[in-house]
Amino acid sequence: MKETQQDLTRKQKEYWKKNTRLIRVLLVIWALVSLVAAIILAKPLSGIQFFGIPLSFWFAQQGSIIIFLFLIFYYAIRMDKLDKEYDVQEVILTEEPSSKDKDKGVST
Amino acid sequence: MSVEALTLTLVVITFAIYLYIGWRSKVKDTSNFFVAGNDIPAAANGAAIAADWMSAASFISMAGLISFLGYDGTIYLMGWTGGYVLLALLLAPYLRKFGRYTVPDFIGDRYYSNGARAVAAVATLFISLTYVAGQMRGVGIVFSRYLQVDIIVGVLIGMAIVAFFAVLGGMKGITWTQVVQYTILIVAFLIPAIAISLKLTGNPVPQLALTFSDIAKELSVLQVELGLTEYVAPFTNMSALNVFAVTLALMIGTAGLPHVIIRFYTVKNVRAARWSAGWALLFIALLYTTAPAIGVFAKYNLINSFNDQSIEQVREEAWVTKWEETGLLSLEDKNGDGVLAFSSDAAVNEVVIDPDIIVLSTPEVAELAPFVIALVAAGGLAAALSTASGLLLAMSSAVSHDIYYRIYRPNATEQQRLKVGRIMIFLAVIVAGYFGINPPGFVGEVVAFAFGLAAASLFPAILLGIFDQRMNREGAIWGISVGLAFTVIMILLMRSPQVFGTETPVIESFLGINAQGVGVVGALLNFVISFIVSRRTAAPPEEIQQMVEDIRVPKVINKTG
Repeated sequence: MKETQQDLTRKQKEYWKKNTRLIRVLLVIWALVSLVAAIILAKPLSGIQFFGIPLSFWFAQQGSIIIFLFLIFYYAIRMDKLDKEYDVQEVILTEEPSSKDKDKGVST
Repeated sequence: MSVEALTLTLVVITFAIYLYIGWRSKVKDTSNFFVAGNDIPAAANGAAIAADWMSAASFISMAGLISFLGYDGTIYLMGWTGGYVLLALLLAPYLRKFGRYTVPDFIGDRYYSNGARAVAAVATLFISLTYVAGQMRGVGIVFSRYLQVDIIVGVLIGMAIVAFFAVLGGMKGITWTQVVQYTILIVAFLIPAIAISLKLTGNPVPQLALTFSDIAKELSVLQVELGLTEYVAPFTNMSALNVFAVTLALMIGTAGLPHVIIRFYTVKNVRAARWSAGWALLFIALLYTTAPAIGVFAKYNLINSFNDQSIEQVREEAWVTKWEETGLLSLEDKNGDGVLAFSSDAAVNEVVIDPDIIVLSTPEVAELAPFVIALVAAGGLAAALSTASGLLLAMSSAVSHDIYYRIYRPNATEQQRLKVGRIMIFLAVIVAGYFGINPPGFVGEVVAFAFGLAAASLFPAILLGIFDQRMNREGAIWGISVGLAFTVIMILLMRSPQVFGTETPVIESFLGINAQGVGVVGALLNFVISFIVSRRTAAPPEEIQQMVEDIRVPKVINKTG
């Protein structure tokens, strides 16, 4: 009994570790395409041509937003997989009244 | 039909739809009133967040502001979209798992302190109030501009409509009207954009036209020839440090805005919270990637239609005289040579353009049917009303749920709580309307306030509450207090001419960072102070640490196995 409990805690810790690692990687990309490419490296990158406009201008006014979008959807997809792997996905209830959920809450 | 008649018809039809939805979504319990019964599908919540998010300012003013800032307009483009990555990865899924109604709910419970709850509730009220004043004003302005109605009457009409569906339908009514309002505003924004893109570049997709045609380069060259700034070059209007600080402050501030965060409580589960953040940014990005394209196209077109043209010839265009009458455009042949000339020197510049005209005049410049002009008016109203209603709910729930129920009267019955919720949202409408009619002198400055405060107070406290199990009550309270105090004092000192009426600002900037960006420093202080104080005081109680464990997983791993 005690062992299974420890097992579960360990599994939960592992799930959290994988989640935070993924978050870290995605946030590094987030900062690279916005704060770095469009602001810190704005001057050097404006010498590079990206089709009709300078590369840094593209990052500043188009590219960063498009990449943000990919980051969020990629995270949602990866987390769906991770939830399944660790068996923590919520049961999709069809007729369950939602009020039950909120009442049990976290009133500890 | 005349443009006015068309506009009136369209506005009446859209308002009737909002009222109908409000009537259909009448609610009878607090769960439906505050979080729409946790029953909103992910994509619908995404559209509602987008409508909540994009205000009259995003719709009418942003493209124009960008066209005047050039490259540096990125502060708004990246600043107001990058925050959604933070929300999706760092806050939304865990707050949904926590599963209550408001932001102060989380802060109060996580830091086992009604003091922290009260501070968070007051911050929520203040942030939302500063933001909502501009929205009601926006409703009045759209009414006066398109229907020649007095601004005050316009504000009153807007108040009546919002009050009806928000009081009756609460979050549920607000959500479904926002879904409709998003649809109207995005169609109204995209049609003129596509038309002007096609006219100037031959490419109907504004985003592609901006990237693949030479128009941004040509505009840049044109501006340099006229002595204006080089459009595609960075830091011509703001220092690199300020662009960095303001962008980051707007990103963090976005992720800390209560009216956006509470929308993630309305979905069914953690998974839906993650996905709805993606849908929200997709819907927002449709407008936010189009706006910089419109900025370039409209500015290019305006310069070409005016510069070196004779003033009589220019005035033959109907839209020119129309916008001259509104005062948004002014032409004056100062040197008497019969032709107009742009200049960066205000004394010789002969064409003065209000940034708002970039979006407002686009349908006429692109020679679109009057119907589209009416649609843009309806879109502007939809943008203002949807943002206002989301903010009103955030204010109402901070008072009726957090202060009245959780602090003042924990034994209140469901019926009492619902009644107080409705009364509070009605009062919030009145307050918002009052500020819409009598805007405080510093109304333009309050957006800096809202984002700065959200960045310096709520965002760090929520983030640490999830990711730092050891974070305790003392750390959070000290962090919030110091972050808030620093940011408020800095903004007040830098904006003293507008707020206190001093001749010059008491201080120009904080180490080179202006009022819009100073929230970043406040947030940083909050993080550092929270960390230091928490490590020198007692760890949070066992049950709080358990609660943090619980919100980190969508479902606790099956313990019966």
